[in-house]
Amino acid sequence: MEHYVSLFIKSVFIENLALAFFLGMCTFLAVSKKVETAFGLGVAVVVIQAITIPANNLIYQFVLKPGALAWAGQPDLDLTFLGLISYIGVIAAMVQILEMTLDRFFPALYNALGIFLPLITVNCAILGGSLFMVERDYNFAESVVFGVGSGVGWALAIVALAGIREKLKYSDVPPGLRGLGITFITVGLMALAFMAFGGISL
Amino acid sequence: MQFLRRLLDQAGKKFEKGTKLEKMFPLYEAADTFLYTPDTVTKGPSHIRDAIDLKRMMMIVVWALVPCIFMAFYNTGLQANRAMAAFGAISQDGWRGAVIDALGIGYDPGNLFACLIHGALFFLPVYAVTIVVGGLWEALFASVRGHEINEGFLVTSMLFPLTLPPTIPLWQVAVGISFGVVIGKEVFGGTGKNFLNPALTARALLYFAYPAQITGDRIWTAVPEVVDGFSGATILGRCASEGMEGVTGAGFTLSDAFLGTIPGSMGETSVLACLIGAVFLILTGIGSWRIMVGVLVGALGFSGFLSALGGDNPMFEMSPIWHLVSGGLVFGAVFMATDPVSAAMSNTGRWLYGLLIGFMTILIRVINPAFPEGIMLAILFGNVFAPLIDYFVVKANIKRRMVRSVQ
Repeated sequence: MEHYVSLFIKSVFIENLALAFFLGMCTFLAVSKKVETAFGLGVAVVVIQAITIPANNLIYQFVLKPGALAWAGQPDLDLTFLGLISYIGVIAAMVQILEMTLDRFFPALYNALGIFLPLITVNCAILGGSLFMVERDYNFAESVVFGVGSGVGWALAIVALAGIREKLKYSDVPPGLRGLGITFITVGLMALAFMAFGGISL
Repeated sequence: MQFLRRLLDQAGKKFEKGTKLEKMFPLYEAADTFLYTPDTVTKGPSHIRDAIDLKRMMMIVVWALVPCIFMAFYNTGLQANRAMAAFGAISQDGWRGAVIDALGIGYDPGNLFACLIHGALFFLPVYAVTIVVGGLWEALFASVRGHEINEGFLVTSMLFPLTLPPTIPLWQVAVGISFGVVIGKEVFGGTGKNFLNPALTARALLYFAYPAQITGDRIWTAVPEVVDGFSGATILGRCASEGMEGVTGAGFTLSDAFLGTIPGSMGETSVLACLIGAVFLILTGIGSWRIMVGVLVGALGFSGFLSALGGDNPMFEMSPIWHLVSGGLVFGAVFMATDPVSAAMSNTGRWLYGLLIGFMTILIRVINPAFPEGIMLAILFGNVFAPLIDYFVVKANIKRRMVRSVQ
């Protein structure tokens, strides 16, 4: 149990996808103008991560891994070269389903997220999560914890950024830096504060 | 006094709109309002009438820092003199040694005056570099962007040297304060528009960019090169490597740590000096007591929990009371966390913000082996989450009042 708790904390804070690895930057910077929208997107990312990473874990364990198809009489088959395309396929399908669900039950959030919802498909945080799962050789239970944890970490970072950007609306930023420029600087300074966790080994 | 006012008015004419020196007006304005209360008032419809404006407020913080500055002088000199006496060193290196020899003060650790002068020779150059380099950036931005030079910088420039070790190279001080003022504050539009504490942003840059000069054992005491084999580890550094036995074995006592005669950053060592400043800030209503109490409660509570829990890391042995007196916890809680710009604005938010900082400080000190001290990063972390805390406090308030009005 302790192992899973420390894996969760590690994936939320220490290896925060947004502020330690800088993954998923396009949506991170674009959909962080308002806390409410950012929160919605954050929840969407948590849900997608929690579904896709375990799903991809099963695919990797039982189909792609070298020797995974031994039960079908193919002990030497190594299908890991199909990894990227199958992970993206799973992610795309999951995002489609999530999109339809949001459209049906939360139309306000669906409209607020706009183009960025389908863009989660190509969000590097999501694919990055799956690739980290393969690289670190997580088992199924670990992949569930890692999926939820990395999603929560990303959501926490984007909500915090949105809070800061709502405050920065009253700032007087030099004209050349307004918009994305100052957001990049803000994210850099946030990452500086997140260095507080760097070095903790759990 | 009449003469000074007339002189300023005379000079002011040269900086008015349409004249050649128009661009330099912020410089004149800064000098003028530093000396006299300005006669301009807020033009917008909603404003609070109060005798105290932002400038006076910042000046009060500077006054509250006086005990810490005094201790920075005294303790820096005291630590150096003690080490020199213990190792039989005759003279300080470089120009500082020449000045002390010329004045004929000597290096007696028991002599208050000798310690003060020795410490001042380390503190004042750092302070001078901070105020000149930071002030240049401030003036440049003020003239180009047409805003005022704010007294906020006086506080930043006072806090930043106090958080540095005495042996810090001066060029690093210049790099640090440039980053703090420009990236930490001016790109957002100046005082009141930033979201991180500029002094801590500056220090964090030095901390990560030049770790050799701002972490370790030797840098906290300004000993001359000839003293070899000297170890000036701080309480936290010693505890992290040898546990509490190492701390008491090295002769540190609680009362030393409380008074501040221990190695550390120049201004942070004395809990007593910080508390005098805290009383002053709370009585004048400038520092938020909620934040200060929140930080201390968070730190004491979590360190009490961890020391009861125990662990394989020697830092788990440290009791809450030792956590309180060592490092920069109290200095940070009183002067850094309460920065009105980067802290939470709502009263409930202030409690949460303070507790978060206290908790994070102990988390970094005890659980993170990479950093011995955590208050700097904890406050920056608190600053990042302060707007969000306020957001949820306001939302919760709206929700509560909605429920009330429906009934």
